[in-house]
Amino acid sequence: MTLRLLLRTGALLVSLAVSSAAVFAFMAVLPGDPARVALGVNASDAAVAAMRTQYGLDRPLLTQYVDWATHLVRFDLGTSYVSKAEIGPQVLDRFQVSLWLVVVSMLIAVIVAVPLGTLAAVRHRSALGVVVTAVSQVGVAIPAFLAGIALVTVFAVMLRWLPANGWTPPSADPAMFVKQLILPALSLGAVQGAVLTRYVRSAVLDVLREDYIRTARAKGLTPVRALVRHGLRNAAIPVVTVLGLQLATLLIGAVVIERVFVIPGLGSLLLDAVRTRDLIVVQDVVMLLVLAVLVVNYLVDLLYLAIDPRLRTGEVR
Amino acid sequence: MSRPSDSAGSGDPTDSVDTVGGPVLSVERLGVTSSRYSLVENVSLQIGAGERVGLIGESGSGKTLTALAILGLLPETLRASGSVRLRGADVDLVGASEHDLADIRGRLVSMVFQEPMTALNPTMRVGRQVAEVMLVHETVAGRQEADAAAVALLADVGLPEPAAVARAYPHQLSGGQRQRVVLAIALANNPALLICDEPTTALDVTVQALVLDLVTRGVTARDAALLFISHDLAVVATVCRRVLVMYGGVVVEAGPVEQILTAPRHRYTEGLVAASTIETTDAQGRLRTIRGSVPGHGRYPVGCVFANRCDAATSACEVEPPWVGESVDVGYACHHPVSSGGGVDA
Repeated sequence: MTLRLLLRTGALLVSLAVSSAAVFAFMAVLPGDPARVALGVNASDAAVAAMRTQYGLDRPLLTQYVDWATHLVRFDLGTSYVSKAEIGPQVLDRFQVSLWLVVVSMLIAVIVAVPLGTLAAVRHRSALGVVVTAVSQVGVAIPAFLAGIALVTVFAVMLRWLPANGWTPPSADPAMFVKQLILPALSLGAVQGAVLTRYVRSAVLDVLREDYIRTARAKGLTPVRALVRHGLRNAAIPVVTVLGLQLATLLIGAVVIERVFVIPGLGSLLLDAVRTRDLIVVQDVVMLLVLAVLVVNYLVDLLYLAIDPRLRTGEVR
Repeated sequence: MSRPSDSAGSGDPTDSVDTVGGPVLSVERLGVTSSRYSLVENVSLQIGAGERVGLIGESGSGKTLTALAILGLLPETLRASGSVRLRGADVDLVGASEHDLADIRGRLVSMVFQEPMTALNPTMRVGRQVAEVMLVHETVAGRQEADAAAVALLADVGLPEPAAVARAYPHQLSGGQRQRVVLAIALANNPALLICDEPTTALDVTVQALVLDLVTRGVTARDAALLFISHDLAVVATVCRRVLVMYGGVVVEAGPVEQILTAPRHRYTEGLVAASTIETTDAQGRLRTIRGSVPGHGRYPVGCVFANRCDAATSACEVEPPWVGESVDVGYACHHPVSSGGGVDA
């Protein structure tokens, strides 16, 4: 158990080191000198050279990487080439916004998918089960931004129940925060929920065919009780895998939805940075997204250990 | 494996069926059908308290379906007909509500399945899985008492360090140990009837005898009825005193173990007994077999189900043979029975 934990943590650290090098290398091989890009085509060679010295861009790549990486570890993301502002606080602020959106969407997805998927599995021969499966199939095919536009059209434009876009921090106005969060979270959550419903359905279907469910029934548990007491925890194992992948997809997918709903999250920061050629910000944000995905995968692995005792204790006797 | 010595004579075939209160299990004209085929037909049997009855047949003969139908645990695509009465239960188990069946299962009737490796929940500690069957039926006062009773049951089925086993997860136990846990669960509420479906088939030969002994001792101690399903004649002879032979979804012969093994009347039983011995061979010196293989569902011949594999079959076998015998528990259904006292080396 402890060994497994150490190994997994070691693997996380190695992945982080490798991916940071990959992100840095990718930005380095992109055509264009960051200093010239930042100063514009009309800047003098002297000004460009001065900026290169100022930001250390004239040093060897390896030195630049080590410098960037060691500062990253201390969460010092450097200063923007464009706005000259500290990147760290800005990124942190935007990341919080995205995190709210992603976590609430994920909660919506889980709350929708677990009961619906279970119902679709238990009633897979009845009309209800078929309907749930069919609806989730349609949901899978809809891109989140389209769902977002449809939701805005109905609930903001036609019914005027909710604001069409915008963002208010929860500390400033909690009621407004919730109102503005509902539609974007729903557009992301509904689509992810549809995907998740299908995985929950197939996981529960698999579990229902297991011998230990039959044993539970033979012990005198009703079908529902047998599923709840013996099935759901076992069905959770494949579902958690998908959940981890979805959380990663959501972090990236939020970029588009933030655009649709004018939310100042990590996605809009990334797009703005790309537009203004603020390469150091792009590099930092991409690295942060990579970090988030790796950490999610790490947490999923820890969750496996909590769910499945076969992974916790040693080999089969 | 040795034959039980306590049932020497075959003179009293009805044995203990007529004990006080009638039979524990009474199955009448039980049938199982899918949407297209009839899988089990017209199975009738009775088992009294303390009686151990075997159900023999090849794979696909309908043994397991019969057991599942008795428990009301058939897959949802299959339907049962006929009647299953259990002593202590007010309802006919065929057609009973899920609520009534859940109350009966695990309390009045328990089942041990073939595959111990998958029969237990891999994410729940063994002790809790044993305790659960008592908590569900409220046969103990509470969690603590159930946990203590679970450890005692695990000790009963001969598991060393039962307290440690109770804390273990199934994957930490061997197949034989897991099957003993399943047996402990089945016996926990002192059921009137225990059904074992090939309980030792998946186990090492060395563990088989041990588990069979535990099954026999478990039911004897509780004066419970036992329905023991197996394809292995030697195993059935070790455990049971009476036996029913199934083929193609019907019971083709029934009677005391000695009589079935030494003087079978039905041609299928004759073939089965001949095939299970390595002491006699055919003219070419090969072990005896039954020619052909078990037909698929819906491909059994009309009339006698065994006719297409039977050397004695004639045109008379196109008509379903009637049951010949004094009761459902002793007799056979064959137009050309092996003459009694001859045909097979005793």
